[in-house]
Amino acid sequence: MNLSSLRIVTLFGALLFAAQVRAQLTIDIVGVGAQQIPVAVAGFAGSDAALAQQMSAVIEADLARSGLIKTVNSNGLPKNGELAAVPFSELKARGADATVIGSLVPAANGMVAVSFRLVDVPKQEQLTGLVFNVPNKDLRATAHRIADIVYERLTGEKGVFSTRLAYVAKSPGRFQLIVADSDGFNAIPVVNSAEPIISPAWSPDGSRLAYVSFEGRKPSVYIQNVSSGQRTLLTRAAGNQSAPAWSPSGDQIVFASSQAGGTQLFVAGADGSNSRRLTNSGAIDTTPNWAPDGRIYFMSDRGGSPQIYRIAGEGGNAERITFEGSDNANPRVAADGKSMVFVKREGSRYMLAVQDFASRQVQTLTQGPVDESPSFAPNGKLIVYASVYNGKGILAAVSADGRVKQRLGASNADVREPAWGPLPK
Amino acid sequence: MKTIFKLALAAIAATALAGCSSTPETVAPVENRTTTTTVVTPDTGGTSTNGVNPTTGAAGSTMPSTTVVTSANTLRDPRSPLSRREIFYDYDSFTVRDEYKPLLEAHAAYLKQNRNARIKVEGNTDERGSREYNLALGQKRSESVKRVLTLLGVSESQIDTVSFGEEKPKNPTSSEAAYSENRRCDLAYAGE
Repeated sequence: MNLSSLRIVTLFGALLFAAQVRAQLTIDIVGVGAQQIPVAVAGFAGSDAALAQQMSAVIEADLARSGLIKTVNSNGLPKNGELAAVPFSELKARGADATVIGSLVPAANGMVAVSFRLVDVPKQEQLTGLVFNVPNKDLRATAHRIADIVYERLTGEKGVFSTRLAYVAKSPGRFQLIVADSDGFNAIPVVNSAEPIISPAWSPDGSRLAYVSFEGRKPSVYIQNVSSGQRTLLTRAAGNQSAPAWSPSGDQIVFASSQAGGTQLFVAGADGSNSRRLTNSGAIDTTPNWAPDGRIYFMSDRGGSPQIYRIAGEGGNAERITFEGSDNANPRVAADGKSMVFVKREGSRYMLAVQDFASRQVQTLTQGPVDESPSFAPNGKLIVYASVYNGKGILAAVSADGRVKQRLGASNADVREPAWGPLPK
Repeated sequence: MKTIFKLALAAIAATALAGCSSTPETVAPVENRTTTTTVVTPDTGGTSTNGVNPTTGAAGSTMPSTTVVTSANTLRDPRSPLSRREIFYDYDSFTVRDEYKPLLEAHAAYLKQNRNARIKVEGNTDERGSREYNLALGQKRSESVKRVLTLLGVSESQIDTVSFGEEKPKNPTSSEAAYSENRRCDLAYAGE
C-alpha cells in the first residue's frame, strides 16, 4: 500500500470513528489535573490501517479522559510496533515521557494478534508489553484493556476503561435503560419503556442491574440479568418500592418502600426472599448505599432536614453523619470505604461534595446548579453524575479531588441516573 | 398544622352529595380553582380527632349499589366538585391547604355513599431535589390526602396511594410556574 492510499484509508477510518462518537456519548474535558504524565500514543502498525488507527485512537482517548495523563501530539510518528523503531529524540522534543506503540497482525482462525509496548522515553526502555489474540469484534475492548495496563503502570492506580456505565435516556414518550462502555460506546438499551425508569444499581459482579420502573402504574424494583435480559420483580409488596442498592456480597438488596405507609428502608434477598424492615423513623428514609464494611448509609429527614445517616446492616440505631448544610442526600461510599460522595444543597444549588470519614472534612467538588445522582468509578478516582447543560440532561464526571471535570452528552436524548459498573472479572 | 375538617362540614357536604347523585344540578356552585386565592380559614380550636362519621358509613351501607351507575356522570360533571381532581402544595410541603377542604369533603361524601368506589391518590413533586427524595415526598403528599379522606369517614380499603415523584411532570419546563403545577396530587376513580 502506498502512502497516499494509506492516508485516505486512515482518514476514512477516523471519519467513521467520529461519526460513531456523535451518535453516542461525546466527551468534552473541561478541566485539567495539576500533574499529568505526557504520553505519545503512536499509530499502530497493521495491514488494515483503519482498524490499527482505531486501536490507537481508543487508547489515546481513554488516557486523555483519565485526567492524570496528557496525550502528546503523535502526528507523523512511525507506525511501528518494534522498540528499535522508536524515535526517542523526536519524542523527547515533543515532551513525551512515555510512548505507546503497537501492531495488529492477522492470526489463525480469523483472529488478530494485537501487541503493544509501553516505552519509557528518557530511559529508552520498555516498561511493559503484551500480545492479545482476539476476534475483530473485541478490538475496542482490547484497546480499553491496553489503556488500563498503561494507566496502572504509569499512575499506580487501577484503570477503569474496561468498565461499563448504566444510565437512563429519556426521549419524548420513551425511557431507556442503557448499558455502555465507559467511553460511551456500544450503548445498548437493556430496557425500553413508555414509563419512567430511575435508580439503576449494578450488582457487585456486574452481571445484574437493579432498577426502578413505573411500568406497573407504580414504582417497583426489578432485578435484571444484563446479558440474558431475564428479569424478576423484587417484591409484590404494597406501596412504592424504590432506591435499590446491593450488599457487598451481592446476595441482598436494601431498598426504600412505602409498604407500611411512609418511605422506610427494607432489606431482602436479591431474589426477594426474607424481606424485613430496617428503619423505623416515621420520617422519609431513602437512597441507601451499602458500604464495604457492611453498614448502610442513607438519607433521612428524621432530624427535620434531609441529612445522611448510617446504620448497621442488621439494623439498630442510626448515626447521623452530615452536620454541615441544610440538605444532604444520595450518599455513595467509595470502594475503599474511607469517604463518601453526596449531593448537598446550598440555596437553590445542588452540587456534589465528598466527606472523608476519618477527618469528617467536607470538600465541594462541583458548582451545580443541578448536579445529582453521583456514582463512584470502581477505582475511586472518578465520579460520574447527572447534570444539566444548555437545558438538557447530561452525564458528567469529576475526579475525586475535584480537579478534572468532563461532560458526556448524548446527541438526542436527556440522559440521567448514571451508575458506574464494577471492574470486569 | 394538621387541620381536620369539622364534623358538621362533612355532614353538610354529605347531604349535598346525597342530593346530587340523582339531581346534579342542585350541587353548590363550583369554585373556579385557577383564580381561587389561598383563603386561610381560621382554625376555631379543638380539632376533633373523632372526625370520622360513623353514621354516614352506616347510611352508605344501606344504599342500593345501583347508585354507582348514576354517579358516573356526577364524577365528570364540570359543575360538580367531584370533577375537581387536583390538590396543589407548597414547596417541600405535604400539608393539604385549607382551600382544598370542600373538594375533599365532596370526594369523601361520594366514597362513603358508594362503598364499592375506589379512589387512587397520585402524589407528584417538582424537579428540585433528588429523584428518590421526591418519590418519598410525593408519597407523603398522597398519604396526606388519604389521611384527610379517612378522617372524613372513608374506608382505608377504598383509597390507594402512589407516588410518581418528579418523573411525570404536568409541566415539563423549569420555572416557578411549572414547579407549582407539578407539586400536586391527582385523584382518579377506579374504572374511569
